[in-house]
Amino acid sequence: MEFARREAPHVASSASVASMMLQVLAALVPAALAHVWYFGPGFIFNFIVATVFCVGGEALMMRARGRDPRVALSDYSAVVTAALLAFALPSLTPWWVTATGALFGIVVAKHLYGGIGFNVFNPAMAGYVVVLVAFPMEMNLWVAPRMGDIDYVHPGMMQTLQYLLTGSLPDALGYDAISRATPLDAMQSGLRNMLTYQDVRTNPLMGDFGGRGWEWLGNLFAIGGGWLLIKRVIRWQIPTGVLLGLLVPASIMYLAAPGTNAAPGFHLFSGATILCAFFIATDPVSAATTPRGRLLYGLGIGFLIFAIRKWGSYADGVAFAVLLMNMAVPAIDYLTRPHIVGHPRKGDST
Amino acid sequence: MTAAAWTERLRTGLWKDNPGLVQLLGLCPLLAVTSTFVNGLGLGIATLLVLTFSNALVSATRRLIRPEIRIPIYVVIIASLVTCAELIFKAWFPALDRSLGIFIPLIVTNCAIVARAEIFASRNPIGASIADGLGMGAGFALLLMALGAFRELVGQASLAGFSFADSGFLLAVLPPGAFFALALAVALKNHIDGKPGR
Repeated sequence: MEFARREAPHVASSASVASMMLQVLAALVPAALAHVWYFGPGFIFNFIVATVFCVGGEALMMRARGRDPRVALSDYSAVVTAALLAFALPSLTPWWVTATGALFGIVVAKHLYGGIGFNVFNPAMAGYVVVLVAFPMEMNLWVAPRMGDIDYVHPGMMQTLQYLLTGSLPDALGYDAISRATPLDAMQSGLRNMLTYQDVRTNPLMGDFGGRGWEWLGNLFAIGGGWLLIKRVIRWQIPTGVLLGLLVPASIMYLAAPGTNAAPGFHLFSGATILCAFFIATDPVSAATTPRGRLLYGLGIGFLIFAIRKWGSYADGVAFAVLLMNMAVPAIDYLTRPHIVGHPRKGDST
Repeated sequence: MTAAAWTERLRTGLWKDNPGLVQLLGLCPLLAVTSTFVNGLGLGIATLLVLTFSNALVSATRRLIRPEIRIPIYVVIIASLVTCAELIFKAWFPALDRSLGIFIPLIVTNCAIVARAEIFASRNPIGASIADGLGMGAGFALLLMALGAFRELVGQASLAGFSFADSGFLLAVLPPGAFFALALAVALKNHIDGKPGR
């Protein structure tokens, strides 16, 4: 009699790509609501445009590769890419910029490398970097957060829509009236203009730790990320690595020269630090896969974010840091292969 | 050489074994100067001339050159030809010379030229070597022109200096655009030739 033999693993996880991606999307909802509250309805439109072009690009590429588009569309990974891209873009971004980023991320960075499971680079960050480099003018229009005492004009729903569709502001609004430097921009240019950290902190855009509004987004990203950790959608190594890699050099520099360096708390609660630690760097495809490798990968991203913010020409370095470390992933995985039980360790006499 | 052999050599250089698309040789100048059509044209013609003459000279001297020192001799031959090309550019096309800059002298190190000397000219008669140089050089030049035209069109919305729109997709004229354009060109060639293994 023949017995059916099954190969290991014998205990299968119930997690599927679709359920993981849906949990990631759910974890992003609080921060998305806060984003709309602080920075206006642009985020919703950006997300819709990005989703249409990500999902459309995914379907087209699956068809072009002779596969069934439904397989790729039912795992929601393109929607997660669209969501991350929408969080990365300024809330006022013309639709063709968003569409270019979405299409580049899905078509070039994801499907030309083999689709989900094979892409070397994080699709959302690849798309973001392309539009950041290709459309420097359009990527500069950040609005100030909606806080009672910040003096600025808040573009309404229709005005936002008009800008997104045409790329020019309604006559009633001027660029100077609605746009502000991001806190990271203000900090970088302030420190380079010989202001001290404490001087820059008096800017009304600055909150308790990071930028006003931004720090609340950070809190909500952290809550969503914590939930993902509890649900074991992501593991602790990468977020820990990113935060340590950023905070350790930031703390050392701040303690050594408190006037000319931003405080570690500012680094933590500005820009996309926490979004990166829990949602971007943890992309299961383009991140390192071994436990030690994940820690190293996170540390590298954190340190690169710090280095770009401190010495680079861009105010935030999350996207560049993630893409650079994506390139290092094969080497990291190779160097941190876990020891296999039963095999001799290095240095063991056989 | 028969006419058929000539056509075969030219076809090999222009399409079948195109130095840029198939052998992936000479990528440094190819990626660096193809930001506009005119730059691609200028460097393409310079490379075509140098490659044809170096193939002819290497082939003519192939029985005199000792194999142990063949590479230094090829480099001396190529360097003299490149110096001629550089002086010609400086004399008659000063604007193009300024715009191509270091990449004219750097034709010396273009591995496509040394590779053709080593692979083809050192083992074939002069006629065939000249045909090979013309075919490979023209293939390289056409690829440079095509990439230059594509990147200029996409990146600056202009062609050979005639502008069609205010701005283009800036990335195409930046260094990453060169890699993307070359990869797309290689993919297009493979697509036209049919999938490998078929």
